[in-house]
Amino acid sequence: MEYWQKELETISRENLEKFQLEKLQQTIRQAANSPFYKQRFKESGITPSDIRSLEDLKNIPFTTKEDLRNSYPYGMAAIPLRKCVRIHSSSGTTGNPTVVLHSAKDLDQWANQVARCMYMVGLRDTDIFQNTSGYGMFTGGLGFQYGAERLGALTVPAAAGNTKRQIKFIKDFGTTCLHIIPSYATRLAEVMYEMGIDPRKDTKLHTVCIGAEPHSEEQRRRIEELLGVKAYNCFGMSEMNGPGVAFECPEQNGLHIWEDYTIVEIIDPVTLQPVPDGQVGELVLTTINREAMPLLRYRTRDLTCILPGDCPCGRTHKRLARFKGRSDDMIILKGVNLFPIQIEKILMNFKELGSNYLITLETVGNSDEMFIDVELSELFTDDYSVLQRLTKEITRQLKDELLLTPRLKLVAKGSLPTQDGKAVRVKDLRKTI
Amino acid sequence: MTIYQISIFLENKYGKLSEILSILTQENIRIIAATVADTSEYGILRIIVNEPQKAFQLLKDNNISANISDVVAIQTDPTTEDFARTLTLLTKAGISIEYMYCFSVKEKAILILKTNNWDATRDVIRRENIRCINEGELVNL
Ligand SMILES: [Zn+2]
Repeated sequence: MEYWQKELETISRENLEKFQLEKLQQTIRQAANSPFYKQRFKESGITPSDIRSLEDLKNIPFTTKEDLRNSYPYGMAAIPLRKCVRIHSSSGTTGNPTVVLHSAKDLDQWANQVARCMYMVGLRDTDIFQNTSGYGMFTGGLGFQYGAERLGALTVPAAAGNTKRQIKFIKDFGTTCLHIIPSYATRLAEVMYEMGIDPRKDTKLHTVCIGAEPHSEEQRRRIEELLGVKAYNCFGMSEMNGPGVAFECPEQNGLHIWEDYTIVEIIDPVTLQPVPDGQVGELVLTTINREAMPLLRYRTRDLTCILPGDCPCGRTHKRLARFKGRSDDMIILKGVNLFPIQIEKILMNFKELGSNYLITLETVGNSDEMFIDVELSELFTDDYSVLQRLTKEITRQLKDELLLTPRLKLVAKGSLPTQDGKAVRVKDLRKTI
Repeated sequence: MTIYQISIFLENKYGKLSEILSILTQENIRIIAATVADTSEYGILRIIVNEPQKAFQLLKDNNISANISDVVAIQTDPTTEDFARTLTLLTKAGISIEYMYCFSVKEKAILILKTNNWDATRDVIRRENIRCINEGELVNL
């Protein structure tokens, strides 16, 4: 097994915790320089010297997205702005956006973090890496760019969109690896096949890094099959720099979260108490390797769990399970809690269906109903009774999974809405009573 | 004995049908027959055209879910007796009809049939000397 940083990646848990405590204490002292945390510590009566063990972290209040919005733009800066070299901002659909500031050292550490992830999945300086992320303020662009350059790969900063041009680059430059959102990966493959290009034979692609959009294991397998690649799940979020926070290793069983960068907690989103390994809860992260803008106990709203046990790859950093959705994505319908990913898992099992679907929640009469529109891939029959049987079978499987019966409708391919290239998955039109 | 039929998945959305047909007619494809089978939510448009392969490719290029298949095309006299006789012969052979539709070209009636058993259908057609047409004949009618 080859490692980018063997000592850090395979560090013993005992040494890792020592390392973490030292970095945490440093981070808290650093955070106290920011207007936001200065105030927060004052309010909660905490001084940095109170944190004597990792356990003591629990005495620090959570930081929320709302806090970030309220501190817009510079309320969380823990170093003078002249020491900051970059700002990233996430688009806010409501209220202020959130920003993250970086010092030169922060950017250097981030690039190393992404390079470590890429090395882990077998990428080397001989690879040609094409990034289909949007660049600019979106962290998936520059984050992967710097990481891939640190790794030494030849980078193709193709940016988002223009499928025909992406395909031309893949062919002409001999691209071996893509960073791509999962719904676009299937779309790209479909267009290649339509153009008479078989990506498994006619391109050098062997690896794709997929992220930024929740997806199921079935969708990953489909991408792997269509493109003839290994697809690795990557997790990033702009508040935590961006890509590189956690990444799958070649085992493809959970994402190693780099604990020399981040302290990870999983809490019950309702009681806010920690949950044991293996139990799903909200991911809470503390940066311990960032100076311009430390975040303490940041509530990510992402639902996941820590996979118990050691990973055969030898890395000692904890593994997060595939994300179960966002704590705010959870749909509560007729008293049942469910996640779009459960529906996607079923739909992906039907090869007659395409990869786009839309869940609409709507009040009909006195009750709330779930409608699911799903695109057909190709028309495989000239007989609509076959389509009706298909509809029935999908509905039956969905009912088994969800314990309620959705109204399923087949729609023509390409007919469902997308937003900035990302598929729109859920529309809630319910009347609030 | 058979001709190509193109089936198109059709959402019951306003203007969808004419949009699809105009994709074909703009490329000078002649639509010989068209029929829609539908439910409340979607339908299947079935068409017979003069250049089926080209039409099928055009639909694919326009990202429209379509299927191309062989269907039996029987030429009957435009009298009810002949029409009924053909159907009776098939029924007697234990063949059931999944769908059928009829159109006429230059006073010739063409019956399009999709049965549940292609081999048995072919046997009946041969044995009873039922007059069928093929792709070439259709275009030259
Ligand atoms: Zn591993």
